[in-house]
Amino acid sequence: MAELKPADRMKIKRHEMPNQDQVIRRGNFEEVALGYAAETARTEAERCLQCKDPKCVQGCPVGVLIPQFIKALREGDMVKAVEWMKVKNNLPAICGRVCPQEVQCEGSCILGKKGEPVAIGRLERYVGDFELSQRTCPLVKALKTGKKIAVVGSGPAGITCAVDLGREGHDVTIFESLHGPGGVLIYGIPEFRLPKGVVHGEISYAADCLGIDIKTDHVIGRSFTLDELLEDFDAVFLGTGAGLPSFMRIPGINLNGVMSANEFLTRVNLMKAYQFPDYDTPVKLGRKVAVVGAGNVAMDSVRCSARLQSLQAKQTGEVPGEAHIVYRRSKDEVPARQEEVHHAAEEGVIFNFLTNPIEILGDEKGNVRALRCVRMELGEPDASGRRKPVEIKGSEFDMEMDTVIMALGTNPNPIVFVDAAGLERTKYGTAVADNDTGRTKKKRVWAGGDVVTGAATVISAMGAGKRAAADIGKFLKGECSWD
Amino acid sequence: MYKILKKEVLSNVVKLMDIDAPHVARKAKAGQFVIVRIDEFGERIPLTIADYDREKGTITIIFQELGKSTMHLGMLNPGDSLASFAGPLGHPTEIENFGTVICMGGGVGIAPIYPITRALKEAGNKVISIIGARTKDLIFWEDRMRAVSDELIVCTDDGSRGRKALVTEPLKEILGDNDRKIARVWAIGPAIMMKFVTLATKPFNVPTIVSLNTIMIDGTGMCGGCRVLLEDGAQFVCVDGPEFDGHKVDWDSLLSRLSYYREEERKAVEHWEHKCRLDGTLVKGRE
Ligand SMILES: Cc1cc2nc3c(=O)[nH]c(=O)nc-3n(C[C@H](O)[C@H](O)[C@H](O)COP(=O)(O)OP(=O)(O)OC[C@H]3O[C@@H](n4cnc5c(N)ncnc54)[C@H](O)[C@@H]3O)c2cc1C
Ligand SMILES: Cc1cc2nc3c(=O)[nH]c(=O)nc-3n(C[C@H](O)[C@H](O)[C@H](O)COP(=O)(O)OP(=O)(O)OC[C@H]3O[C@@H](n4cnc5c(N)ncnc54)[C@H](O)[C@@H]3O)c2cc1C
Ligand code: SF4
Ligand code: SF4
Ligand code: FES
Repeated sequence: MAELKPADRMKIKRHEMPNQDQVIRRGNFEEVALGYAAETARTEAERCLQCKDPKCVQGCPVGVLIPQFIKALREGDMVKAVEWMKVKNNLPAICGRVCPQEVQCEGSCILGKKGEPVAIGRLERYVGDFELSQRTCPLVKALKTGKKIAVVGSGPAGITCAVDLGREGHDVTIFESLHGPGGVLIYGIPEFRLPKGVVHGEISYAADCLGIDIKTDHVIGRSFTLDELLEDFDAVFLGTGAGLPSFMRIPGINLNGVMSANEFLTRVNLMKAYQFPDYDTPVKLGRKVAVVGAGNVAMDSVRCSARLQSLQAKQTGEVPGEAHIVYRRSKDEVPARQEEVHHAAEEGVIFNFLTNPIEILGDEKGNVRALRCVRMELGEPDASGRRKPVEIKGSEFDMEMDTVIMALGTNPNPIVFVDAAGLERTKYGTAVADNDTGRTKKKRVWAGGDVVTGAATVISAMGAGKRAAADIGKFLKGECSWD
Repeated sequence: MYKILKKEVLSNVVKLMDIDAPHVARKAKAGQFVIVRIDEFGERIPLTIADYDREKGTITIIFQELGKSTMHLGMLNPGDSLASFAGPLGHPTEIENFGTVICMGGGVGIAPIYPITRALKEAGNKVISIIGARTKDLIFWEDRMRAVSDELIVCTDDGSRGRKALVTEPLKEILGDNDRKIARVWAIGPAIMMKFVTLATKPFNVPTIVSLNTIMIDGTGMCGGCRVLLEDGAQFVCVDGPEFDGHKVDWDSLLSRLSYYREEERKAVEHWEHKCRLDGTLVKGRE
């Protein structure tokens, strides 16, 4: 294509993502977003104005070199595009799929001021998928330094930290308590949004290139304590995430049919319950499911529910059951990625806004029968700037339900803190760590990701892993002292 | 992969295995458990650490063949491997010299009560043990239990071995005997047995420790599926337990939660038996 003028570039319309048909996809767990074709990616890339002061980069928590990778892409030099990408981001096939781009890179893109931003996330995914299939740009390990580092947890924070340290020539061992690496990427985010093959592909590619040893089934705090790791390793990074679910303090929480989103998603994603009985782990879901909350976790839960209900309906010949979102604020405050909310609605999910559960009612067998709620209205803005929902007196009503899934946020998993004297924690249970370096209050221990911030995003966890890796590298080379 | 080094048949539905798992053996203690996954398709099931050998790096598990996973496990042999073996999980048993204590094991619960009994004996306690099962074929380790107890009472429901009684009968007699001051009771077995043990000890105000066997998914505190209702709120059995003060447990809620997946469990067995028939493997251990 000939070199275009900015005005021409701005005339090109943002390219829609081809998606699996909304009716068909409700009955399977295959990926919804199918990815750009080569030509679509090329023309979408033509839209970028190659800004001198690219705002998009400022919007990205790890500062991906966006104009550079997009330029290489549109010039047809995919190898170069991958190289630019991997300067800042080792897991583009993952971030391209799950980053909340509308509030990060794309939210800051200059084109978004008047029209629609460049589809940076979709292009990133395109580059990531290319690299996963072609493997043109293997990560290279520098000369061995002889330093040993333990990374605890194999979510995005741990993996990123391990990869950066591996590239510098350090010996890295990852300890993971579950039976496979990936953290939330494998146990939480469903197959139809982030195929597990992509996660395994990205992680094993990086681990193979760099000789990273991943020890699964190792629960730190039990198999080994933090203090024991410090005896064998020069540095320890904690990326243990925030996996401990919270339950609402309302009556009926222990009834059969009430579960945390983590239980539900772990059964479905990690254990593949949607393929029961070929896989051993079952999941029991009623014809009426309520998911409480409206973040990414809630959206994933409700969309998995809709799919399982369709699969069940296929077997019984009935019409599929109902999958509801129950959220105490309004549509405007929904914290999930826009795309997920949109997809959920297409898949037939029913949204109940300004509705707050106050009790779960059971039948004589101890199974869930209904969810008792009150209607809410929006009052004054609270500390977070969002308008605070207040109860409308006397508005109680019951919604008939068989299953209630609680998607209300999580806290750091406590086991790793066993026998870790000196590791300070906040009253929320998160580890205290410096934002720039990841250093905790315990010598030679760094931390980052959800274990420090509480539930956040994949890319912010990766950013924290990167910053900690940089500081660990400096510390091990003796370029800075601990104090 | 974790190799099966040894297999013993303790009764027609109870089997023992030694597993090569140095990362678990190095710290394992009485009262803790492991999460086992047989293969790529397997679920994660909790099993108590029945014994361990730190030098050899092995863990002994004992399991009762109840459903798909335990029946499948029972068909494996030395030389076969397990896909996952995570642990040691949960808190170890609190061992001290309490005075005179009672250790009770029901059915496959005899396995986990044994290392606790041994540890309590070593700590200087006077130990009275009561083990029981439906019938004599389900009783195992009588000799081992006798070796670490000052007194051992064996019961079966049908009287085919020892006393014809439920384990709670001799328990009540001992508690009612004013000459014996019982400091603590441990009870491990089916939930229903533990419930009745706690009902029996309650009037005597004897602290009673039970090891709860809720359904688990991850076993690391991440899902809340194992939660149990105690007097002072819900707790996670995998992280806060598995041992709890039995007098605080809401047994009816626990029993109801244990039965919630019965239909699916039945389906899993059917599906698996069908598969075994197709590929010609015999389904053993269900005579
Ligand atoms: C359902 C769901 C959907 C989400 N959707 C999105 C999305 O669309 N976009 C987005 O940006 N973010 C999303 N998030 C948030 C994002 O996934 C997390 O912020 C991110 O994964 C945090 O990464 P992490 O590395 O800090 O921790 P995690 O991914 O939680 O990984 C921690 C790992 O540490 C392991 N671990 C814990 N304790 C121990 C121990 N004691 N010993 C050994 N290992 C241990 C855990 O098993 C786990 O594998 C979602 C989260 C969930 C739950
Ligand atoms: C901390 C802990 C330690 C345990 N230690 C042992 C052990 O040392 N040896 C052993 O044999 N078992 C032990 N169990 C129980 C064991 O985990 C279950 O028997 C096993 O998961 C059953 O799996 P399955 O697929 O074979 O049977 P399923 O098909 O899952 O169940 C078959 C039948 O058993 C019942 N059942 C299911 N789960 C349990 C359970 N957790 N407890 C009691 N009944 C159940 C079901 O209601 C059903 O009727 C332990 C459980 C816990 C939580
Ligand atoms: S990592 Fe995420 S925020 Fe950064 S450029 Fe890529 S998609 Fe955008
Ligand atoms: S802000 Fe938008 S147009 Fe400018 S460089 Fe970034 S992606 Fe291209
Ligand atoms: S089994 Fe998941 S929290 Fe205990």
